[in-house]
Amino acid sequence: MAELSVAWGPREENKLIGTDVPRMEGVEKATGHAKYSADINTKGTAYCKLLTCKTGHARIAKLDVEEAKKVKGVLAVHVLQDVGDELFYDGQIIAAVAAERPDYAADGIRAIKLELEPLAHFVDEDDLKAAEALDAEHTEIVDDEKVVKEESAKLGHMVRVKPLADDKNGDVDAAVANAKAVHKGYYGIATISHMCLEPHGSHCEWTGDDSLLVHLSTQNVSGTAGQFAEPLGLDAANVEIVCNYIGGGFGSKFAAGEWGLACAELAKEIKRPVKLMLDRATELKSAGIRPSGFVEVTIAADEEGRITAWDSHHWGSSGLNGGTISPGVMPYVFTFENLNRRASGLVTNTGPQQAWRAPNHPQACAISQTAIADLADKLAMDSYDVFMKNLDQTPRADVYAEEMKIGAKLIDWKAKWHPSGADNGPVKQGLGMALHTWGGRSHAATCLLRVHPDGTVESIAGSQDIGTGTRTAIAIVVAETFGLPLSSVKVTIGSSKYPRSGPSGGSTTIGGVSGPNRRAAISALGKIFDLVAAKHNVDAGTLTAKDGKILSGGNEVCSWKQACGLIGAMPLEVMGEGPADDGLTSDGVGGVQMADVSVDTETGKVRINKFVAVQDCGLIVDLMTAKSQVYGAMIMGIAFALSEERIMDNKTGRYINTDLETYKLPRIGDIGELVVEMYQPDSEYARGVIGLGEPPVIAPGAAISNAVANALGVRVPVLPLTPQRVLEALKGGAA
Amino acid sequence: MLDRKDKNRSGPSFNRRNFLKGSGAAVAATALATSQELAAAQNNNISKITSAEPTTITLNVNGKDYDVTVEPRVTLLEVLRDDLNFTGCKEVDDRGADGADTVLVDGKATLAGSRLAIECVGKTINTVESLRNGDQVDPVVSGFVKHDAMQCGFCTPGFVMATRAFLNEHPKASLEEIRHGLGGNICRCGTYAGITACAMELAQKGGA
Repeated sequence: MAELSVAWGPREENKLIGTDVPRMEGVEKATGHAKYSADINTKGTAYCKLLTCKTGHARIAKLDVEEAKKVKGVLAVHVLQDVGDELFYDGQIIAAVAAERPDYAADGIRAIKLELEPLAHFVDEDDLKAAEALDAEHTEIVDDEKVVKEESAKLGHMVRVKPLADDKNGDVDAAVANAKAVHKGYYGIATISHMCLEPHGSHCEWTGDDSLLVHLSTQNVSGTAGQFAEPLGLDAANVEIVCNYIGGGFGSKFAAGEWGLACAELAKEIKRPVKLMLDRATELKSAGIRPSGFVEVTIAADEEGRITAWDSHHWGSSGLNGGTISPGVMPYVFTFENLNRRASGLVTNTGPQQAWRAPNHPQACAISQTAIADLADKLAMDSYDVFMKNLDQTPRADVYAEEMKIGAKLIDWKAKWHPSGADNGPVKQGLGMALHTWGGRSHAATCLLRVHPDGTVESIAGSQDIGTGTRTAIAIVVAETFGLPLSSVKVTIGSSKYPRSGPSGGSTTIGGVSGPNRRAAISALGKIFDLVAAKHNVDAGTLTAKDGKILSGGNEVCSWKQACGLIGAMPLEVMGEGPADDGLTSDGVGGVQMADVSVDTETGKVRINKFVAVQDCGLIVDLMTAKSQVYGAMIMGIAFALSEERIMDNKTGRYINTDLETYKLPRIGDIGELVVEMYQPDSEYARGVIGLGEPPVIAPGAAISNAVANALGVRVPVLPLTPQRVLEALKGGAA
Repeated sequence: MLDRKDKNRSGPSFNRRNFLKGSGAAVAATALATSQELAAAQNNNISKITSAEPTTITLNVNGKDYDVTVEPRVTLLEVLRDDLNFTGCKEVDDRGADGADTVLVDGKATLAGSRLAIECVGKTINTVESLRNGDQVDPVVSGFVKHDAMQCGFCTPGFVMATRAFLNEHPKASLEEIRHGLGGNICRCGTYAGITACAMELAQKGGA
């Protein structure tokens, strides 16, 4: 038997790996033929609308759905929260109506009689003092535990401040006392919603009394069948989850969701397929947010610009569970010898958090690397030099140093840089930078590789392509291994009936699919080589597969198709598994971003002139889709840096900007010139495949904020840097 | 605590902080929405909207006539997606702010979710599905693929149609015109760089 190494081949021999390969399903997507869960319209499909809570906190005093059931076209009403139930946030789902058409479902919603008894709410997540004041009034300490007083509990008050961490290392006070420069600052980053353009939801169809087919908009094809089966009293084996295309997830689509279960229940009740996709407002309010963070920082450095001390207390909210940015990632990327960090989570009446692309990292970067740039100003040094001088206090000093040099060249840092605020204006230009890191290890996954006697190849897995180009990456790995053109590999993913794959979160999918497919393909190739060796009387150890041929010592033995003809009548099947400790994949990346901005000091408008990302990620499978991930992350970063935020109304507890008119995302003219440089020396290729989706979305907040501060000479403390915040910072700073 | 006078929120009605400077009682009072206010908010749900009887209309979509029976209030988007299964046009928001529902009506870019189906009788409707005919695709489609101007792909059909319509009217558009002209669509994944490159390349060839 041919013993073949699974290791990636020499870089210079690759035909596909590392090249620009357009995604396989491009035409399907661009012509509207790709069917998302929201597009499934099997015969008889009923449509849903939702009744949701319209205040921050309340109890249902009355709920009457009988009139709704009589509305023309209405087929069924499913109640999720009933009389006496407490509603904890604006947007919480109370009931779903299924009807012949969406308009009839909306009529049904209007016919529901609902009365709410208001309870106390709190949504002001940036205001630690306000939360502490509420706790002072409404809580007491019982057995060392903070509990709500009985009278206050009746009014709906809750414990609002939860201490999360209080770590001390070294001697911060002494370091601050001995420092050349000390900076004290306040920074923050608002909550944002995932805003998936395809909302959360599903199309559910019962294929028998006890079997269910769900087209679910999910990042977790292999992991959600049980989430439907258990509450519905079904065998998990009788639930099939299908997701061929998903319209955005960003970390928020791993679960069936109460809306998914409601959809299945309604479908069962009316014995017809039902589609329930969240409306835009409910999508923003209930389907996932990224927690906010606000911080007070003291940071100190010696005369060389070496940072000697960090002290921070941050707070913020993830909703009812009272989380904020994980204390473990503060200060971001750097670990200083003298380091105090404290964190408090605020309990707010807001929709639940979900993982958002690189959980914790973008916020931590935005509220800590801004302090480093301000410290550089205090030292009268270029922030680039201060970052560079402190790289030994990060885990990836060498890579960051190289990437910083490349980035500086691309943005012409040294020629363009000026001390903060030195530009005359009224439109002022500035430069800023930031660093990031991420893991990106492979998730556990399997695949079934099938080589047909006619030479065609199939790879099948219960994975999903969340827009990263997973199908294309699988095809590249298999085609490269077999020496075939991309078109001879068919990739089938998107059903829970296929071999189990991991969820697409944490940038784990590219390694998750590359490893098993490479291993399976190498194993299949070994078997095919054995057949060829026996048939043609050559040594299997000399065989290679290239350009659709089987070669021995560089001479053609037979074509790939002829070789596969030796398999017999039935296809050859091999299972691939992963992860394995064989060098195909690894983890840990860095990345540097630099922004050149102009700020109009009269209007407060920030414009991106040029935005550079230098990104490492080990071996790149598809250069084109890899770069797309970085471009996309930079644009998503521009969004949360400049315009995107959840706005809560304190009086009613409502999330008020829940449409695309008022929830501001950048448009095509708002992004400036983007430059993506993939850092890929041979040392990176040698590391194997590492995930990329998350890391480049981390640094934009700090890089852009630092550029704005460099332009203005004044820090705009809270992201997004809206014109109003810029103008207010200028007013305060000018005094 | 540091002086945090710089901090602010950008929306209207963020005056809670001023209330908080008052007594604890004020805190409790402002934290509670009144039941009247709540009733007013929820009452949006109970206003009477009566549906009119459905009528049968004929719509010409991608060169073919289709009879559909719908109420006057039904949008073109709903008919295309739910009745005719042209699901390339997507429902993202009902405010006309995202462009994912862009189709061509008599050759002009139109938001299908902001147009009633009955308004489109006698007009020529083209959806994104019409840009593929067997293996033949419109140059805008091949340009989107070539420049990887898509990720999740949900906004892509709307962007393709907006680009097609824009280049029909501005076949030699400049970069600035493209940035302005395609500003009606939103992508969440961040594919604007590829879309710009695609539109620029086509504009340099005369908008094919």
